[in-house]
Amino acid sequence: MNLKTVTELIGADVLCVSERLEEVEVEYAYAADLMSDVLAFARPMSLLLTGLTNVQIIRTAQMLDIPAVVFVRGKRPQEEVVTLARQVKMPLLFAKKSMYETCGLLYKAGVLPCEIPERGGDVC
Amino acid sequence: MTDPYVTEFTVEGEDFLAAGEASNSIKETLKMLGVPSSICRRAAVITYEAEMNLVIHARGGTLRAEITHERIELTARDEGPGIADVNLAMREGYSTAPDHVREMGFGAGMGLPNIKRNADVLHIDSVLGKGTVLRAVIHFDGEGSAGGAKGRDRS
Repeated sequence: MNLKTVTELIGADVLCVSERLEEVEVEYAYAADLMSDVLAFARPMSLLLTGLTNVQIIRTAQMLDIPAVVFVRGKRPQEEVVTLARQVKMPLLFAKKSMYETCGLLYKAGVLPCEIPERGGDVC
Repeated sequence: MTDPYVTEFTVEGEDFLAAGEASNSIKETLKMLGVPSSICRRAAVITYEAEMNLVIHARGGTLRAEITHERIELTARDEGPGIADVNLAMREGYSTAPDHVREMGFGAGMGLPNIKRNADVLHIDSVLGKGTVLRAVIHFDGEGSAGGAKGRDRS
């Protein structure tokens, strides 16, 4: 599904890099407000949905080759976040719906979840 | 055998705006050198979590990547407060991060476990009051996949 379809589906505004909406395709999505969870479980090339609005969201997405971010529940990111996203050509979407509803709409439309591996307690 | 390719960055403590720049530069270098993207991502998760630790806990430090044909060696070095109990710090969910860091989405006690999951070899030498040296190695011929998707666990 390309980002243009995502935008229409969840009723999002586009905050930047709108010229890439048709070009960027996402098959999977991951939603979290914990960046270390994203770093642990998000698949590369999946769409990231979050309620956090600081610049580390873009950095985290960059590390994992996540092509775009959706900010949910009507929280606008800080200006430096949009500036950095423009620099790295990462489209940012802004949705007024809750995380749950936004995810639900995407799931219903066939966007796949990232698999959480089985965890055997402590890693050490 | 050619010399290893080495790149090193200084990371400032408490600079949350710049945090991640060094890791991104290292990732770009790896891509430029033709390292497979799955290994680039594993290295990026290691350096980024380590860089955030330097920013959050250690008043800054250095982040270094040494790349040869066989492996990537990533080293985070600081003169911060040190880690009182490394085994405890390795446990998922354990964190000493302050609230303002948690509000940014970090400090959930996943940093070192994430590093371990993505490294083939991990050594942490820490002395209280002196600092910490974290050294992680990724072998190019290792069988693993990116981001702990297979639940990598090597002690």
